[in-house]
Amino acid sequence: MKHLLSVLVRNHYGVLSHVSGLFTRRGYNIDSLSVGETDNPEYSIITMVVNEEPKMVRQIEKQLYKLVDVIKIEDLTQKESLQRELVVLTVETNRANRQEILALVEVFKGIIVDMTDSAVMIEMSSNPRRIETFIKVFSEYNIMQIARTGTIALEFPSGRSRKENSKESK
Amino acid sequence: MAKEKKNNTKNENVPEKTGAKIVIDTLLENGVKDCFGYPGGAILRVYDTIFHTSELKHYLVRHEQGAVHAAEGYARATGKLGVLITTSGPGATNIMTGLADAKMDSTPILAITGQVGTYEIGTDAFQEVDTYGMTIPITKYNALLKSPDDAARVTKEAIAVALSGRPGPSLIDFPKDVQNGLSSNYKDVKMRIPAFHVEKPEISGSVDEIINAINRSAKPVLYVGGGAVISNASRNIIELAEKAQIPVVSTLTGLGAFPGDHKLSLGMLGMHGTAYANKAVMECDFILSLGARFDDRVATNTEDFAKNAIKAQIDIDSAEIEKRVNVDFFISGDLNDVLQKINPQIESVSKSPWAEHVQKLKIAHPLAFDEGGSEIKPQQLIYELWKKTKGEAVIVTDVGQHQMWTAQFYPVKHPRQFICSSGLGTMGYGLPAAIGAKVGVPDKDVILISGDGSIQMNIQELGTAKMYNIPVKIILFNNGYLGMVRQWQELFFEERYSHSTMSGNPDFIKLAAAYDIPGKTIVSKKEIEEGLSFLLSSKGPCLLEVSIPWEEKVFPMIPAGRNYENMIEYEHKKDKGSLVSIIPHNPQK
Repeated sequence: MKHLLSVLVRNHYGVLSHVSGLFTRRGYNIDSLSVGETDNPEYSIITMVVNEEPKMVRQIEKQLYKLVDVIKIEDLTQKESLQRELVVLTVETNRANRQEILALVEVFKGIIVDMTDSAVMIEMSSNPRRIETFIKVFSEYNIMQIARTGTIALEFPSGRSRKENSKESK
Repeated sequence: MAKEKKNNTKNENVPEKTGAKIVIDTLLENGVKDCFGYPGGAILRVYDTIFHTSELKHYLVRHEQGAVHAAEGYARATGKLGVLITTSGPGATNIMTGLADAKMDSTPILAITGQVGTYEIGTDAFQEVDTYGMTIPITKYNALLKSPDDAARVTKEAIAVALSGRPGPSLIDFPKDVQNGLSSNYKDVKMRIPAFHVEKPEISGSVDEIINAINRSAKPVLYVGGGAVISNASRNIIELAEKAQIPVVSTLTGLGAFPGDHKLSLGMLGMHGTAYANKAVMECDFILSLGARFDDRVATNTEDFAKNAIKAQIDIDSAEIEKRVNVDFFISGDLNDVLQKINPQIESVSKSPWAEHVQKLKIAHPLAFDEGGSEIKPQQLIYELWKKTKGEAVIVTDVGQHQMWTAQFYPVKHPRQFICSSGLGTMGYGLPAAIGAKVGVPDKDVILISGDGSIQMNIQELGTAKMYNIPVKIILFNNGYLGMVRQWQELFFEERYSHSTMSGNPDFIKLAAAYDIPGKTIVSKKEIEEGLSFLLSSKGPCLLEVSIPWEEKVFPMIPAGRNYENMIEYEHKKDKGSLVSIIPHNPQK
């Protein structure tokens, strides 16, 4: 089962090695990973997607809590959360397919970032599932280059109980 | 960053110190009095500071692995932090085994390793290795100290994390230029790690359910682990066991947390546990783990372990709860605090048919071995040692058959009295750990029990024992084999003894003599008394070599991965003399 973990850590050298090490030693793969500073530069959020048994994920969560740089872990899998990824790709174009490609970009609400007479660079941000579909659709054409971020996620404020919110504000 | 600068200006009147001096002074402020180590190029400033610091006693070992195991032995014998100092590169890689060992057995140690200058890190400089990266999975806390301004804070954090909660190893990687660099930022420095990493956790979980389960169960067992020693819970465990008449089984690291000679003690359980301990676990209807982790040497088969019992677990490390074996109830928190809460609500039992049944199990299934001819049986010698020392000596072992025989036949009475490498099974741990233990508890007799395989893995530490005249008493069982390997080859590999014979062994007595350490060899039963007298009356370090038959095996034994019903109690061979039965966990008492 896919789990989406959001880990609040001290923004500090080595923290990513410590966190990812808990997965490598067990032979688990991290499907996607994204790290970024929070509004407070002392802290970062590591967002990761792992595909493992729930019992194993619980065990890793507990092990993560033992790392001195880890402050908080949230499993967003069971919660209402907004999930976003970004993909950028360059597709080969010619006169015959250019209009078709531009129309598809429109359908997916993508952005054309650059264009030549033989290629077009597209940027698209959405939930992981739509990103998958987007890539699948464009793989009908010749994708010359592709880059994709990991998932970032945040729990919806409207999805949280009042109790949790008030606890947080303390 | 802004905060730090402010600190520096505030401390303008504070005299500057070198990074090395700040670290050493922080150790002293935290009560560190002894350390073990080995100097080298990248740690010379620290050693120069030690030269001027008479309050810190430093023991020079002969190999860095010796330093880390000595620090472990010191920590295990005292409950205090064990400290070691080595240089960069090979100095750091040589302590890896010991760090992993300390992580496994939850031993609080602090390693300070030299590192090349910060400006040279990553250039493959002389004696450079990525100590920080290499120690991530085998430390509880590690840091690359990048500025002398951080020296006091990082040292404080390393010490606090090593000692708090479930203890473990910390490491500070200390670059040369940071050792030399000056800072005035060392007074009243605050730690920067989240508080929950160093504070005692609150008690949470099914307290009432566990109290009810204890009161209602007809056939309960307490399963005691290393956490019981660390949490100083002995007194409360004895109270709980006596109040409700609950028999007690122990893991290897838990030995001594409950007195081995207590009527309710069944000794060690698991792969080489006593038959009565294992049978009690098979028959019990409730098993309560006290700071133990259901590891694979205890719960040899996770599905079948105590399969008729309600299982409950108390541990300070909530990651241990249900890591291998599922439990019905758990409490996370400090064991001693939890027991203080539970004990008043436990109903007193004056007579328990179950406890009496367990006494009968002891008599029906004692520890046993073939008497043999004139040769010395290791079990006999250990039991004689136990009697002669009244069970009061601090016992350190290496790893292998001798370790298991000692766990079986020397039932220790007190916590911190039995010290060995349990989780990692590190051969070569014994001699340096015994040296460290003796430094930590100089008023107690420290006896190392080792084997001819294990002792050769760190035998160079005889030099350390001699140099400081540290009176470790060594019993060396010599069977000319890697005994435990040989035992498995005999039982599971149809007697194909692949590379387990130790031909080429030195004359250990001559070797000890070369270090000016007195030694004695005994080969026959008649000499046991004389040999032990030699050992116990020696003033300095000494070696008693005991020649034992190579075919002697450790029983009982549960083959790896099998359940308790597959336990082999002992193999009696009629041509090897009559059967000797011993119940070290005295039922008469």
